[in-house]
Amino acid sequence: MDPGLYNYWVVIVLMMSGLYVVIARSNLVKKLIGLNVFQVSVIMFYISMGKVDGGTAPILEDGFEIYSNPVPHVLMLTAIVVGVATLALALALVVRLYGAYGTIEEDEIAEMDDQDT
Amino acid sequence: MIEHLPILQILVPMLTAPLCVLSRRPLVSWGLALAATWFALATSIQLLIRVLAEGTISYELGGWPPPWGIELRIDLVNVFVLLTVTAISSVVLTAAPRSLEKEIAEQRHYLFYAAYLLCMTGLLGMTATGDAFNVFVFLEISSLSSYILISMGTHRRALHAAFQYLVMGTLGGTFVLLGVGMLYMVTGTLNIVDMGARLGEVGPNRTVLVALAVIVVGTSIKLALFPLHSWLPNAYTYAPAMVTAFLAATATKVAYYVLVRFVFRVFGVELAFTALRLDAVLMPMAILAMFIASTVAIYQSDVKRMLAYSSLAQIGYMVLGLSLASVTGLTGGIVHLFNHAIMKSALFLALACVVLRIGSTKLDDLRGLGQRMPLTSAAFVGGGLGLIGVPMTAGFVSKWYLVLAALEGGFWPVSVLILLSSLLAVIYIWRVVEVIYFQSPPEGAAAVKEAPWSILVPTWILVGATFYFGISTSLTVGVASKAAALLVNGDAP
Repeated sequence: MDPGLYNYWVVIVLMMSGLYVVIARSNLVKKLIGLNVFQVSVIMFYISMGKVDGGTAPILEDGFEIYSNPVPHVLMLTAIVVGVATLALALALVVRLYGAYGTIEEDEIAEMDDQDT
Repeated sequence: MIEHLPILQILVPMLTAPLCVLSRRPLVSWGLALAATWFALATSIQLLIRVLAEGTISYELGGWPPPWGIELRIDLVNVFVLLTVTAISSVVLTAAPRSLEKEIAEQRHYLFYAAYLLCMTGLLGMTATGDAFNVFVFLEISSLSSYILISMGTHRRALHAAFQYLVMGTLGGTFVLLGVGMLYMVTGTLNIVDMGARLGEVGPNRTVLVALAVIVVGTSIKLALFPLHSWLPNAYTYAPAMVTAFLAATATKVAYYVLVRFVFRVFGVELAFTALRLDAVLMPMAILAMFIASTVAIYQSDVKRMLAYSSLAQIGYMVLGLSLASVTGLTGGIVHLFNHAIMKSALFLALACVVLRIGSTKLDDLRGLGQRMPLTSAAFVGGGLGLIGVPMTAGFVSKWYLVLAALEGGFWPVSVLILLSSLLAVIYIWRVVEVIYFQSPPEGAAAVKEAPWSILVPTWILVGATFYFGISTSLTVGVASKAAALLVNGDAP
């Protein structure tokens, strides 16, 4: 396997396992873990694409000619912030859900929802 | 000052949100929020006038010229969407306080206004920006605040609906981010105009194909296109009435705009429809949405939920316009974006009146509403007529263009299907009309007053607009047809 594509294979594996966990797990916290793995895979994807072979950090200094592309790295700082905000809000919702339903298993919550109507 | 309007429109609501939080008083924060939304509306009217007179406005953030710096790019397409979003936000917010008193504890009202303004900031930002990564950032700003707004509903199911929307919405947003990353890999730029120009040179390859797929799926989740709609019915049903009126008219519309912008201006008609056959995917989905969602709407016992399913069907019409990939089709789609925003917010505001007085939107509880709340009931019928697409209402205009576009493209069965699915709308609106006008009120029901003027007047303004834009189409069709030409051909006629 071409070592240059190794990162992308990891991205694909992480992304698909994250998505699988979101779909397959009923526990809300586990769902969020899956969601985070899914988001992190995209962050890895951006970081990998910005890397230039043999490149250093993009700081002007004599003797360094090749730099990695800083743009994807900077973009990911924002994406990380978004991910943290999403996770914080989601966990707050889980706390409220636990208060309202007494459980964080989605199938049990769905059952109670059905009884409500 | 005047040249900074594109950014001020986004900044003013954004900076007013923390002021609302600091004030902590319901009335003060309502006043602040009201000032910010009406300012944004005045700005978008001003921008529309300027774009019509002078053409596209490009605003360089921080003075860095595009494609290196971030650009706000206001052209005929997004100024029309900006106008829709700000108009609906202002009218709905004006009606908000009385309805909130019933549904949200008073000490949390200021948080509602802050989240509302942030959601609006995100929607305006997504629309105005000319930078593909900014689309993702603003998408998340609007999404995060809309989860908060939905979770403020009175029923505990609102929390569950908000959580489900959060999971789906985050998946959608991350898909968009992934697609933007792939486009960056291929083109080396984030500016949407620049990206479109460079992608034309690259032509179809596997990365572009995957980027298109991922962006279409991501925006379709936010747009609630069948079969990615599962979050929407619960979110609309259990959110506070004002939130539903606001989100139903704005959030899905902006997602539609983002989809249109990417498909037509980044990928281009050639790449998206000729090389990659996007229409073969979107058209069946749109038609299925029109029929399945309308049919499900007929069987609902809760009127709010019924209207949520009806929204899914209307999204089908808009996407159908896109999938026809012609100027007429896209005109129909963009006009329907505007018209549906007015009609749906009118209907949901009428339901807000019902929630305020009756405390329920169950069909059974609405018996005899025509006698008990005549103005609210009449407003509901007015909006309902628009939804069906009766001539002289706004809904007729947009369906007319969709039917024309289908015939023009040689898809005559599609035009028949548009008419047939409108008949389904007749059925679900008629069910409500029958209950509110032809059944007597439940025995022993407490006497109810007509809804307060503070909500009725905004509702009737929107109902009036439904009829006004059904008769005078110079603003809607005039702008939308030029916008569609700009999207499909790259220049206005």
